[in-house]
Amino acid sequence: MKKMIGILLLATFTLPVLAESPEEKGLRIAQAADARDTGWKDQTANMIMTLRNRSGEESIRKIRTKSLEQKGDGDKSLSLFDEPADIKGTAMLTFSHGLKPDDQWLYLPALKRVKRISSRNKSGPFMGSEFAFEDLGSQEIEKYSYKYLKEEACGKGWKCHVLERTPAYKHSGYSKQVAWLDAREYRPVKIDYYDRKGSKLKTLTWKGYKTYGNFWRADEMFMQNHLTGKSTTLKWANYKLNTGLGDGDFNKNALARLR
Amino acid sequence: MTQYKSILLAGLLPLLSSVAVADWSGNIAVEGRYFTSSPQWQGQGSEGISLSFQPEYRHQWNDGKDGFTFIPFVRLDSMDDERTHADIRELSYLHVMDGWEFRAGISKVFWGVTESQHLVDIINQTDLVESVDGEEKLGQPMVRVTRVFDTGSIDVFLMPWFRERTFPGINGRLRTSMPVDTDSAAYESDDEQRHFDYSLRWNGYLGNVDYALSWFDGTSREPGFIAHPDKPLELLAPYYYQLQQAGLELQYTGEAWLWKLEAVHRSTSVEDYWAATGGFEYTFVGINDSALDLGVIGEYLYDSRGTDGQAPFQNDLFVGARLTLNDAQSSELLAGAIIDLDHSSKTFRVEASRRIGQNYKLSVEAQLFADVDVNDPLAAFEKDSFVQVELARYF
Repeated sequence: MKKMIGILLLATFTLPVLAESPEEKGLRIAQAADARDTGWKDQTANMIMTLRNRSGEESIRKIRTKSLEQKGDGDKSLSLFDEPADIKGTAMLTFSHGLKPDDQWLYLPALKRVKRISSRNKSGPFMGSEFAFEDLGSQEIEKYSYKYLKEEACGKGWKCHVLERTPAYKHSGYSKQVAWLDAREYRPVKIDYYDRKGSKLKTLTWKGYKTYGNFWRADEMFMQNHLTGKSTTLKWANYKLNTGLGDGDFNKNALARLR
Repeated sequence: MTQYKSILLAGLLPLLSSVAVADWSGNIAVEGRYFTSSPQWQGQGSEGISLSFQPEYRHQWNDGKDGFTFIPFVRLDSMDDERTHADIRELSYLHVMDGWEFRAGISKVFWGVTESQHLVDIINQTDLVESVDGEEKLGQPMVRVTRVFDTGSIDVFLMPWFRERTFPGINGRLRTSMPVDTDSAAYESDDEQRHFDYSLRWNGYLGNVDYALSWFDGTSREPGFIAHPDKPLELLAPYYYQLQQAGLELQYTGEAWLWKLEAVHRSTSVEDYWAATGGFEYTFVGINDSALDLGVIGEYLYDSRGTDGQAPFQNDLFVGARLTLNDAQSSELLAGAIIDLDHSSKTFRVEASRRIGQNYKLSVEAQLFADVDVNDPLAAFEKDSFVQVELARYF
């Protein structure tokens, strides 16, 4: 009888979990990951982007970034280009929105021109790199539909949730992505990107996680294109979170006076 | 003495470190120009080589709330003495307060949305010897106060000094049959260059629409021409009217479509007219699953003065294409034609550029004037089709 109760109890407790579909579980984990990285308010960081072609030739970009967390909408962000020297002073302002197209302005310093640009080109390369605009954009929950695949070891003794996510926004260059998130802190570890035809196009890996306050940030992101053999490394430095930036630091005027 | 030295050093060190190397940037460039037809006017050459240097010093302190910018510019030109010139593009101080920006000094400002011409843009004088497209500007002395709101801003410009337009000299191409003598400029206002100009502009955005309304009252940046006081048969003298201009800029940004409109109403003591440029840019993204973007541009150019006025673009159509390779060298190409619907005149223009290595950029520009009608203000440029190649080293 005792055993029977035990089994009953077990059944009662495991039932909701059993009833959870892979889609529900995937969404639940995406929500948990989103919640884990909420509350940083604002962030500044420096990025060095190294583009490498198949024969190993390198080309460097240096970018300073600022982001402002938004409640109930995608983040606001500013990117200021320092290198290559011919585009020094060029800057980009983005108000990202979940499924709605982002608002985006570009500042061209030689002409002093602030230009509203279409954010349609999500699948296009960012600065000639292997990162597409959509890879670097604000990752809102509603941008994808999710499916839980499995749990597996993912290096350094970490255990990872493996999720498949399918872009729900228009004009994505991907048919799906498979993402590895570590089960304890929900840090992204790896993403495989599949092109529109369904073949594995690129793999992004994160390295060198450190905590800044309560939040994890990686020192390095590495994108390998499997079709072209080209790759891009992003090295991050000088992460500063919760620095007191506000909406006034993210408008067309701020874009044009940034240095 | 040693103590004095160390105190001096202690005082100098922060000052020296504030003038950091990182604050300097800029470029040095060599440019070759070749005109494909023999000259139309006496004294003009056919090819020239030219060297330009533009160092840029920018320093910010107080967490970016204060800033100082200094950008001198100099060009040496083998063909045209008037194109050999120097200018201070910027020499200005910026102070930012919550919701306010103050600027004082020599500055540069751009207004506008369209591609074929920039009607509304009036704050800075055109440095015409630099480029015939009118996109190169001279530094304008000003005090500028900006009130910044959530979705826009209001600017007030106070301009105590007027900059005269540069014009090619007698040996230069792309000039009128009689060269313009800039030393003989005349003014409607008795204050001449010291006339106090002012301007206001309100700009903002609402969803997918960016808009701006502007007002300018001061010396017209575009001169008329009068007979030269000493050599009326050889030279022209620029004459600067007083001008009031009301301007409108609109852009709707869709997913693939951009719709654009610029319109101005201008009023001087001799004429009242309006002019507009409006059209679209449609972008095909990632052609054939590549990184290539192709934009197709169409704009209509109108000027109410019609064929009687001195406006070259009174009833013209601009068609163009913008090709962006999105490669590591940022290769791009813009090609377009302005077709006069009243006259037969056509102007073709190509601009292409590509980065070489990490610090060099190669730019090619070509302009072709074809079937130019004798009654078109462009007739003076009929023989001035050219190809220009520039190699710039950025630092």
